[in-house]
Amino acid sequence: MDITKITGAQAVLESLVAENVDTIFGYPGGAIMPIYDALYDYSNVVNHILVRHEQGAIHAVQGYARTSGKVGMVFATSGPGATNLITGLADALIDSTPLVCITGQVASHLLGTDAFQETDVIGISMPVTKWNCQVTKAEDIPAAIAKAFYIAQTGRPGPVLIDITKDAQFGEMEFSYERCTKIRSYHPKPEVNKQAVEAAALLINQAKKPFLVIGQGIMLSNAEKELLQFAEKSGIPVASTLLGLGAFPNNHPKYVGFLGMHGDYAPNIKTNECDVLIAIGMRFDDRVTGDVSRYAKQAKVIHVDIDASEINKIIKADVPVHADAKDALQLLTELVSEKEHTAWLQEFKSAKEMEVRTLQESAALLQSEELKMDEVIKMVSKITNGEAVVVTDVGQHQMMTARYYQYNKTKSNITSGGLGTMGFALPAAIGAKFGAPEKTVVAIIGDGGFQMTLQELGTILQSKVDVKIIILNNRFLGMVRQWQQLFFEKRYSFTEMISPDFVTLAKAYDIEAAKIETRTDLEDALLKILNHKGSYLLEVMVAKEENVFPMVPTGASVSEIRLN
Amino acid sequence: MEKTVTVSVFTENSIGMLNRITIIFTRRHLNIDSITASESEMKGVFRYTIVLRTTLEKVNKVIGQIEKLVDVLKAFVHEESEIVHQEIALYKIRTNTLTNGDVERVIRENHARILTVDPEFMVIEKTGHVAETQLLFESLKPFGILEFARSGRVAVTKPMKELSTYLKELEQLS
Repeated sequence: MDITKITGAQAVLESLVAENVDTIFGYPGGAIMPIYDALYDYSNVVNHILVRHEQGAIHAVQGYARTSGKVGMVFATSGPGATNLITGLADALIDSTPLVCITGQVASHLLGTDAFQETDVIGISMPVTKWNCQVTKAEDIPAAIAKAFYIAQTGRPGPVLIDITKDAQFGEMEFSYERCTKIRSYHPKPEVNKQAVEAAALLINQAKKPFLVIGQGIMLSNAEKELLQFAEKSGIPVASTLLGLGAFPNNHPKYVGFLGMHGDYAPNIKTNECDVLIAIGMRFDDRVTGDVSRYAKQAKVIHVDIDASEINKIIKADVPVHADAKDALQLLTELVSEKEHTAWLQEFKSAKEMEVRTLQESAALLQSEELKMDEVIKMVSKITNGEAVVVTDVGQHQMMTARYYQYNKTKSNITSGGLGTMGFALPAAIGAKFGAPEKTVVAIIGDGGFQMTLQELGTILQSKVDVKIIILNNRFLGMVRQWQQLFFEKRYSFTEMISPDFVTLAKAYDIEAAKIETRTDLEDALLKILNHKGSYLLEVMVAKEENVFPMVPTGASVSEIRLN
Repeated sequence: MEKTVTVSVFTENSIGMLNRITIIFTRRHLNIDSITASESEMKGVFRYTIVLRTTLEKVNKVIGQIEKLVDVLKAFVHEESEIVHQEIALYKIRTNTLTNGDVERVIRENHARILTVDPEFMVIEKTGHVAETQLLFESLKPFGILEFARSGRVAVTKPMKELSTYLKELEQLS
C-alpha cells in the first residue's frame, strides 16, 4: 500500500493547523526557506504577517497572545533571525506570555562548523525560554511541536522555542499528529490544597483590614468572574499590579488602585496597614514591594500562585496556596463570610482624595500652558469608555497610562512589565489588534520607544491593520530624565532627544497623521483618530519636564511614597 | 550562614540538561565546587550531584528554579549529615621513586591501592572524602606527582525513601 509521505516543512504546517494556529508573525531567511515554501500552500488556512524585524514579530505575538488568550506563533530564520528574538523571549518569560517560536537552523551536518548564519540558538535562548529543543529529523517534528504547545500554555505560561535544521525541513516522513497532554516530569496544574484554602479563609474571616492584591495570574487563569464574586462577597478592597490592570474593573467600588513605584497612594500606604494581605497571581516584583524588609511586616500574608517557586521567593507566606487562581478563588469564595468593610474602604477613599488634591495643587503651582501626559490619557480613557485595548511602551507615558486609563475590560492592558522593553508597544499593538479584531487598539508610546521599532510602520502599511498610535513627545527620555533630576542633580546625561517629523514619517507609510500642541486641540484630535477607519498616528507635544508622581524611590518602603 | 550543601537533581535524559541546571547557579552568582552526573538506579533517569557553599535560604530558592525545568523530575538539597558521600582520586607517579620501600607504607597508611604499574609510572587510587584524598596527595608530593585527578562528589541519602516512590507520587499528580 502506498503511504503518502510529506516533508518536515509540511509537517510543521500540518502540526500548527492541528493546534488551531491561524495567525503567524514572521520573517523568512535561508535556513527557514523550506517552511516558508510549504507555507505558500497554506495561505488560506493561516494568516502570515510579514514584519520588518524579528523583534517586531515576537512583540507582535506577545500582543496577540495577551489579547486573544491563545498561543502566539513566530517564524524566524537561523543566526541573526533567531538572535533578534531574544529580547522578546526574555520579555515573554518574565511576563508569562505563551509563545511558540520556530527558528530555522543550518543543516545538521553543519552544526558547530560556524556555517553561514549558524548560531547556537538553543544555548542562547535557554535562560529566556520556558523550554526549548532542537529537531534534526523530520519525523521528530510533530512530537516537538505538540510538546511545545502543551508547555507554552499550561501552568505558568511562557515562551518556547523549537530550532529545526534545514535537512529536517527537507526530510520526508509519514505524518500523524497527537496532541501532548502529559509529560512525566512536568506538573502544570497543582491540585488545590483544601486545608491551605481553609486556613486562608479563617484568616480572612477574622481580619479587620484585609487587602487583596492581584496580578496577571487572574487573567491567565481566566478567573476574572471568580475574582469579582470573591471581592463582592468578602467586601475586601482590591488593588492591582501593572500587569493585573483590567482583571478587575477599575470602575468597581471595591477597586482601590494601582500598586507599586508609580502606583496610587492609598494601596501603597495601606499595604503597610492591613492585617491580612491576600496576593493572587502576582509575584511581589521589586517595583511593587519597595524595600522588602519593610513590606507588609504587620500583616499575615496569603499567597496564591500556580508557580511553586514564586511562593516564599520574595515575601514569606503565612498561608501558601500553590494553586491555579480560578480554583483557589472558587473554593475561597465558598468559605469566606459576607462582609462590607465599609470603614476600611473609606480609609482608601480618603487617601485617594488626598492624593488627587495634592497632585492638583502641584499642577496648579506650575501654571503651565503645556499639555500634560495625564490629560491626554484621561481624555483617551473617557472617549473609549475604558474599553479599548491600550498598549504601552516603557517609561513615563507607561506609568501615566497605568495610572489614568480606567481599565474596565480584561485583557485590555498590554505592556512590557517585568523586562521593561522599550520598543515593545508599536509591534505589540499590531499583534494585539490581530488578537482582538473587534476592539479599538490604542498604542501610547514615548518619542524614545517609538524610534526603537518604528520600522513596523511598514507592517501596518502592508497588513492594513487598524492601530491608533499616540506619541507623547516630551523631547526627552522622560523617565531617565526624571531620575536624573531627582537623584543625579539634574545632570541630564544623554536624555534629550531630537526626533524626526513623525507626521511626515507616518505619511511615508501611507498612515494618516496629525500633530497637536495645545489643550484646545486635544479632544477633537483624539475623537478624530479614535473614530477614524484605519490606522492613525497622533503626535502630542507634552511638557518637557513633567514628573510622574506619586513615587516610591528605590530602596524606600511603600509607606514612604512621595506625592511630590 | 554559608555551609557546604549537596544538591541532587533527577532528570530525564535530554540534550542540554547540564547546561539548563548550571545556568541557574550562574545567574545567581553561585560557584559550584563539584558536579557529577550519571544514570541513576532507574533506567533513563539521570542523577546530578552538585556541591557548593551557600546559605540554605539561597539554595532552597535554587531548588525551586531547578524543579521548574520541564525535564527535571525532582531536586533535593542535603546538608552534610544527611548523606553518605565519596570521591575518588588517581595519582600518577614515577615507578622508581617508590622502590625504596616507602610505597608500602604510603599505601597501607592511606588505605589506597595500586591500579597499575608500568616500567615508567604507576597509578594509585584512593576513595574517600576530600580531606582523605588530599592527605594522600600531601604524602606523595615529596616523591613527585606527575598527574592528579579527583572526581566530584557522589552521594546517596540516609532516608529510606526511594526515587521510584517519588516518581509514583509525581505520576499521581498529573
